[in-house]
Amino acid sequence: MLDRCTMDLHCYSHFLVHSLLKELKGNLIIFFADIISALLIRATGHTLQMAYRQSLNSLDIVDLLKSSDSLSSGDVAALVYLWNPFTIAACVGLSTSPVENLVVILALHGACKGLVPLAAFGWVMATHLSLYPAILITPVILLLGYGPDTPPRKLFLQKGYGKNGDNHSSDNCGQQETNHSKAEVTFSWRPVIHFLFWSSLWSTYVLVLCSISVKPHGSLWEMFQRTYGFILTVEDMSPNIGVLWYFFAEVFDFFRSFFMIVFHLNILFMILPLAIRLKHRPCFLAFIYIAISSMLKSYPSVGDSALYLGLLGLFLDELADMQFSFFLLCGYIGVSLLSPVMHNLWIWRGTGNANFYYATGMAYACLQIILVVESVSAVLNHDRKLRKLSVTKLRDGNS
Amino acid sequence: MELSFTQGRWNYERWGGFDTMSSNNAKPPGVELWAVFDVPKEQVDASWKNLTHTLSGIFCASINFLESSSMYSAPDWSFRQASGSLRYGMLPREAVCTENLTPWLKLLPCRDKAGISSLMDRPSIYTSLYYSQRLHLTSIASDLEGLNSGIALEQTLTVVLHPSSQRTGLTHFSQSYLQPSWSLSSIFGRKVNGRCVLAKSSKVYLQLERGLVSQLKKSENYGADYIASEGYDGEANFELSVNPDRVIKEENSRNGISSSLLYEFSVDKYSNSKPFDLGLTWKFPVIWSCQQAPLHASRFLMGSGNERGAIAILLKSTDLNDSSPVANSDMDGCELRVNIFQVVPWYIRVYYHSLQLFVDDQLKAVGAFVEKIHVMPSKDKISPGMMEMVLKLPCGVKSAALTLDFDKGFLHIDEYPPDANQGFDIPSAAIGFPDFHTSMLFPSNESERKSPMLSKFQESSPVLLYTEVLLVPLTTPDFSMPYNVITITCTVFALYFGSLLNVLRQRVGEKERLLKSKAAAKTSRLSDLLSRLSAKLRGRSQEPMQSPSESSPLINSKLALKVLLMAALAVAWQYYFG
Repeated sequence: MLDRCTMDLHCYSHFLVHSLLKELKGNLIIFFADIISALLIRATGHTLQMAYRQSLNSLDIVDLLKSSDSLSSGDVAALVYLWNPFTIAACVGLSTSPVENLVVILALHGACKGLVPLAAFGWVMATHLSLYPAILITPVILLLGYGPDTPPRKLFLQKGYGKNGDNHSSDNCGQQETNHSKAEVTFSWRPVIHFLFWSSLWSTYVLVLCSISVKPHGSLWEMFQRTYGFILTVEDMSPNIGVLWYFFAEVFDFFRSFFMIVFHLNILFMILPLAIRLKHRPCFLAFIYIAISSMLKSYPSVGDSALYLGLLGLFLDELADMQFSFFLLCGYIGVSLLSPVMHNLWIWRGTGNANFYYATGMAYACLQIILVVESVSAVLNHDRKLRKLSVTKLRDGNS
Repeated sequence: MELSFTQGRWNYERWGGFDTMSSNNAKPPGVELWAVFDVPKEQVDASWKNLTHTLSGIFCASINFLESSSMYSAPDWSFRQASGSLRYGMLPREAVCTENLTPWLKLLPCRDKAGISSLMDRPSIYTSLYYSQRLHLTSIASDLEGLNSGIALEQTLTVVLHPSSQRTGLTHFSQSYLQPSWSLSSIFGRKVNGRCVLAKSSKVYLQLERGLVSQLKKSENYGADYIASEGYDGEANFELSVNPDRVIKEENSRNGISSSLLYEFSVDKYSNSKPFDLGLTWKFPVIWSCQQAPLHASRFLMGSGNERGAIAILLKSTDLNDSSPVANSDMDGCELRVNIFQVVPWYIRVYYHSLQLFVDDQLKAVGAFVEKIHVMPSKDKISPGMMEMVLKLPCGVKSAALTLDFDKGFLHIDEYPPDANQGFDIPSAAIGFPDFHTSMLFPSNESERKSPMLSKFQESSPVLLYTEVLLVPLTTPDFSMPYNVITITCTVFALYFGSLLNVLRQRVGEKERLLKSKAAAKTSRLSDLLSRLSAKLRGRSQEPMQSPSESSPLINSKLALKVLLMAALAVAWQYYFG
């Protein structure tokens, strides 16, 4: 109850800030998209935290882990998303990033809660609006199959062995069976098939609507060429906060298609290793995918960073021991202050060079790389710690 | 088809904007090419490509740059009435030099060896205030006189020269409008030594235009007939060194405007021994102004910085509006129609929805003043942005201004010219007044065949002005750094790839082993090194005590297997490629 009141208070103050900053003429959609995204993040955070506590309960190590009850990761994540200067900048700048973020979060929320039509709708819309959320199909399927983030399966198997080792003296076969079924976290295929069906339904719907609206001006294939083809072939070389614009402005024409393929493969290549290693944590996997795609996409913006910075708050328990967190915070602040200055120097005053602005863009990319790598490392360390704790608990239980 | 090479800008305030000369011969700086094709619509672009390449070869100019679709446009109705098969291209930065004049002269029957074209003294032509050479091709259907159908080639050379004022003694006024006396030999340094034998007619015309004639009449109080018949002698304002063969007076005189006079000199009578050297000596200073177009057009850029800006076209009324009657005679709905045709390259991304119209310094709704508008927005690297519109302005308008916002694009380093920091050019806009026509009617003389020049003067063509070429600076990347940028970006990508895969690859327990080995390294350096070396040789499980000992033979065999594999590969490599 208390946290709900504070949540509403924060939403209201956010509303006030926005209405003070700009007249709400025409950006109501973007504004409400932000608010709804924050509410959905909060709901997802609640679901995740409940699942986490449940899995810890089943491993009997909840008392060993000092998790603070007052810090609800959903609230923190929602607040981080709302008050992030990047989100506010994207909202005030009337960019469409808040709407794209909303549908991504909708997909994640639907998958966490098990609402298959909602998840399918979110995923289809996210892919339609910008191409890169298509890689989120892996975490969404894993979420629907396995359920929200849980510690690795090995822990449950170990616990199962441990329990079996305990009970081998008793003759209770029923208890053994229940232990077995509780120990194995199975991948359920039914929601996945539902998801595929619903996503194909939504995508045909979207394609039909698009073809109807595009018909007087051209064909659907031309629409895909102009939207997805433009994103993939990086035709426009206007400066942005990413690293690809300057590269493609200076690369030799002979190698242009080669590098285009390499850069897009960089995003695609990491899907499989990450999925193999993090398949027990699909929500975190989605966060990593979003972070990677917003770092390496062809036309990034701060609205994309706002999304994954908001989702970062969902994993506070796991990321409590992340290294370099202060360095990353200072780095983000520094880059977000220096980058507009360098842009102004180069384009508006003419006293600077393109290299100044590009250097801030590269520093930003390096910061994002450090964030991704360190958060993956922190989550894997957290899983190792859980394993060690459960092993010691079992040994204590055995002895 | 018309191809023109121009150097310099026609000064509409000083040299007039209303007569045939300025409407037909005042061309935008650089190269302008337009052509109407008689082939099916699908083949027009291919024919245009062939045309540009051929002309480029003939004239030693880079007209072949016009072949790519981002350099030419297809106006529908504002430029010429030939929708669909008209192509228009302009190169504002093309310099004109003698290599372009020589092929042009080669198309003449006598080149520059005989006839009037022997006056072409290159230094004096190229130091002129305005220089324009033009080629006009028309295909003629067989006409009434039974001539075969064919192609007519019309070549025009327009030069605006300022004769040196030091030769004259007239220093009554220090203004630059004082007209110095001149002669052909003083301007060109040469005289005409006779006509070209292949020419059917060779004539020199001296035109006293309307403004000058009215000024002469006012100053001398002579009647119009006097000047026409004998006004070139004696107490007239000026004296000609050669007697004209004929004096032709323009017929269509409107109220308040005098008619211009043409003195005709035929070059037939002159030869090597008696060269033709026309000279005019002013006896009394005369100041006159040329008739101007209804509105004076100028164009400029607004805004600062290299991200966005605005193009503004300003139309200001000249004296013509106040004094002369206009084409539409009803005074209530009197409207001045202005035709505007503008082509903007694709890297200047114009937002046509931001079109604003200011009439008499007040912002007005665009729809109230626009009669017709056709916009083709630019496509990146494919086609330029083209705008054609017809404005209806009230006759007594003092000034009208149009503004359009644009964003500047960012190009690949190969697309910048060698002098990238100078900027890029937006070609001239063409401003036409369809209600006003320039033509001079002369008394028809059936006995003589009309000279082409007179026929040209009698053609009715709408008044046409060209605005200035705009220079737009674009942001430039650092041209010296392609390798650096590629390597640094690829380093960032490699950093991401390597460190993420490294983190994913680490096995459970490896981190603890690493930490333990670091903790154990608090002892002496040498012993630490030795222990680590031995750990490496025997596998990783040397340091921690808990690790099971049965894994070491396994690791040893793995290591031995790896070594054997590498050895086998090396042998195979040596065998096959050695």
